[in-house]
Amino acid sequence: MNLDAALQTFLVESRELLEDMESRLLQTESEAADADTINAIFRAAHTIKGSAGLFGLDDVVKFTHVVESVLDKVRDGNVPLDSNLADIFLESCDQISALVDNVANGNDAPDAALEQKGSGLIDRLNVYLGVAPQAVAVAAPTVVAAPEIERSGIVADTDNWHISLRFGTDVFRNGMDPLAFMRYLRTLGEIVAVSTISDALPAFDAFDAESCYLGFEINFKSDVDKAAIEGVFEFVREDARITILSPRSCIADYIELIRNLPEEEMLLGDILIKCGTLSEQELNVGLNAQAELAEEISLPLGSILIGNGAVQADVVEAAVEKQQQVKDAKNKQQRLIRIDADKLDHLIGLIGELVIAGAGANLIAKRSAISEMLEAGELMGNLIEEVRDTALSIRMVQIGETFSRFQRVVRDVSKEIGKDIGLIINGAETELDKTVVEKIGDPLMHLVRNSMDHGIEKAEVRAERGKPLQGTIELNAFHDSGSIVIEVSDDGGGLNKDRILSKAIEKGIVPANHNLSDPEIYKLIFAAGFSTAEQVTNLSGRGVGMDVVRQNIEALRGTISIASEMGVGSTMSIRLPLTLAIIDGFLVQVGRSAFVIPLDMVVECIELNTNDRDQEQLRNYINLRGEVLPYIRLREFFEIGKESEIDGRFDGRENIVVVRYAGVKVGIVVDTLHGEFQTVIKPMGKIFSHIRGIGGSTILATGEVALIIDIRSLIEKVQANEPQPLQLLNE
Amino acid sequence: MAISKRAAVAPVEPEKQQFLTFLLGGEPFAISILVIKEIIEYGQLTAVPLMPDFIRGVLNLRGQVLPVIDLAARFGRAQAEVARRTCIVIIEIDNDGEKQDVGIIVDSVSEVMDIAADMIQPAPAFGAKIRVDFIDGMVEIDGRFIIILNVDRVLSIDEMTLLASIDEDVEEATAAAQ
Repeated sequence: MNLDAALQTFLVESRELLEDMESRLLQTESEAADADTINAIFRAAHTIKGSAGLFGLDDVVKFTHVVESVLDKVRDGNVPLDSNLADIFLESCDQISALVDNVANGNDAPDAALEQKGSGLIDRLNVYLGVAPQAVAVAAPTVVAAPEIERSGIVADTDNWHISLRFGTDVFRNGMDPLAFMRYLRTLGEIVAVSTISDALPAFDAFDAESCYLGFEINFKSDVDKAAIEGVFEFVREDARITILSPRSCIADYIELIRNLPEEEMLLGDILIKCGTLSEQELNVGLNAQAELAEEISLPLGSILIGNGAVQADVVEAAVEKQQQVKDAKNKQQRLIRIDADKLDHLIGLIGELVIAGAGANLIAKRSAISEMLEAGELMGNLIEEVRDTALSIRMVQIGETFSRFQRVVRDVSKEIGKDIGLIINGAETELDKTVVEKIGDPLMHLVRNSMDHGIEKAEVRAERGKPLQGTIELNAFHDSGSIVIEVSDDGGGLNKDRILSKAIEKGIVPANHNLSDPEIYKLIFAAGFSTAEQVTNLSGRGVGMDVVRQNIEALRGTISIASEMGVGSTMSIRLPLTLAIIDGFLVQVGRSAFVIPLDMVVECIELNTNDRDQEQLRNYINLRGEVLPYIRLREFFEIGKESEIDGRFDGRENIVVVRYAGVKVGIVVDTLHGEFQTVIKPMGKIFSHIRGIGGSTILATGEVALIIDIRSLIEKVQANEPQPLQLLNE
Repeated sequence: MAISKRAAVAPVEPEKQQFLTFLLGGEPFAISILVIKEIIEYGQLTAVPLMPDFIRGVLNLRGQVLPVIDLAARFGRAQAEVARRTCIVIIEIDNDGEKQDVGIIVDSVSEVMDIAADMIQPAPAFGAKIRVDFIDGMVEIDGRFIIILNVDRVLSIDEMTLLASIDEDVEEATAAAQ
């Protein structure tokens, strides 16, 4: 049930009723009041009070109750509705309206001014209820006078014990009955008041009838000593929270009790009553002799009660603090907002435009050579970058939630297949784009189930191999140079190369005379129509899953690879791009074309020296501090400027951008390095969907379009272009 | 010199349709104005490597990156030369319910004219030196035939995507053969 929605209904309804009340009151002024009108006014007040009570809006209830009581007398004909009383009612209307507005604004307690106005009106109304005028007279002056005496006192003004009880949830199971303790307590003295704390009660479906969720605040009148009272609770002392405060305890003790109370949303007055700081009599004074109402109303009467000297100010303060804490905790829960994904996309789109526009403005500022303008541009640039990062981070979510779903899956499936399997989760805090998180769940599910079904051996086999009987599945996630890697590992039997190969040959997926590397063989399990499980279980083994897994991952522009060792286990690594709308790029130029290389893949930039360039007919690699670094000439690869320039060679300097992808370092030869560039990825449309080596486009500060290099497909294509072993060409 | 689409759409009688006529290699062509979003001057294009001739590159249209098609090359002729009056006509293509804007390069735009449906003749079976399915019909104006293009066919995203990928595959094959 959504209480918020109901509360809104209450607010709307109350305002309507108040309007009605007001117009009818005005009506009584101009013409003689008839019974119907007064009835309607009474009903309105009554309805507001009732509804407010449902929501625990005690300020509204308390005030409206007084109004209602007077109206009751008017209705019964005991009090004539004269213009003076009508005035008071109209003001009361305003007061209720103000209190309701206060609720609408999310404030729990009315401020001092409102409170004071309320108490003033109550005093005037009380006159009609026949309350002794001196009580009214007392209330006002003590606001100033009394506290001076009372605040200095360090003991509470009560003659009763205060006992605060919170029974342990297992109290029934331990054979105890809270009621029995109460009965026994009564033999020692008089229980003046008991208030039951039921805040710990869970929702109905979580409710366990054998558990105790209740707590009690008891105002106890007795002449026995503390030890005797403690003795009552001897048997539950271990697992219950018991606080016993003697009569006229130090204020500090009461404050401590309030602070130690479990987190419950309690009204100020409630707390004070429950803590026994207030007796019923003090309450009555505070209410100016409305003794008969005290039972049904809990009173957030802080200021009035201090005014009357019934409560010490610091006790009230502690209670207010407690309320504040509860409120803060509530606010924290509400700090999450759900946002329409389209709105977010629109925002990110706009920020993309802003980035481009900002870059354009900066370019003009540079040309103008006005230093103030440059400075302003730079400041704006920094801000834009921050805004960009923040907006993008809104889309990022931790993978942990997706991972933790697998706890249940692993538990259920391991029961189902009769294997004992545990799950270890690492890197749950790794963040990735929300859309990716949503789409990665199904492939992961397949992989985990597959590992459980085929990977982890049966217990007997594990025992034979000297492994722990419990198998382990591990989910791991981490960031690696612009990609996110998600690993599913198991400590099972590992993939059987020979069986995979023979199966693949049998199914006609590969020809029999093929010489395949281990990773190539492992990849066969992702081929369509491949399944090595001898038995098709209801989990996996139909040879559909892994094929779908691969397709799903490729749809996310990701790759999947397998590492496996016989008898030790296997690891499936999914590598996904952090599909973001805006990335940090590195701008380079070849001929007249500008290209962007994703910055997080760039390791370093070096100059291609003439010596290496002269050798390029022989080899396309350089010696990078003792490491072999193969390089790709973008000019050749993209066939840029071949026609116009002799030999396709560029005469000026050339540079190598060293990039790293999936642990491999590759050099990319370009003409000019332009440095970092905030890159807004623009989709290129379907026509370019097959293009290899280009991952998208972006717009430069000049308004020109630059292409973003997709390092992965670039490397793959270059590798594919390399001369292959003869055997492979037989196909 | 952007011509707004809205301004051009005047209430027409049902049998009459408005067409934009333009020149391409000296020949007049027409396209229904309903698919035309705007006409812009020829600006700086960014060439996309490894693409067939008829894809001239991409264009930044107010933050949107659009492919630009060389219509002449698409018809299997030589690539259009860029001259003073060269324009890019932005056309909205409906590709399986997905709207995609595409620019086409034309030598010059001529005018928007009303053409009654009964004036349109079917395309000849051959002789136009343009694939027959690219032609919606022909209309005679002042003794000259204007070819009305079937934009959905000429700028079929699926076909162009296929051509672009074949081009790449062919290249791969030749590279592998070397």
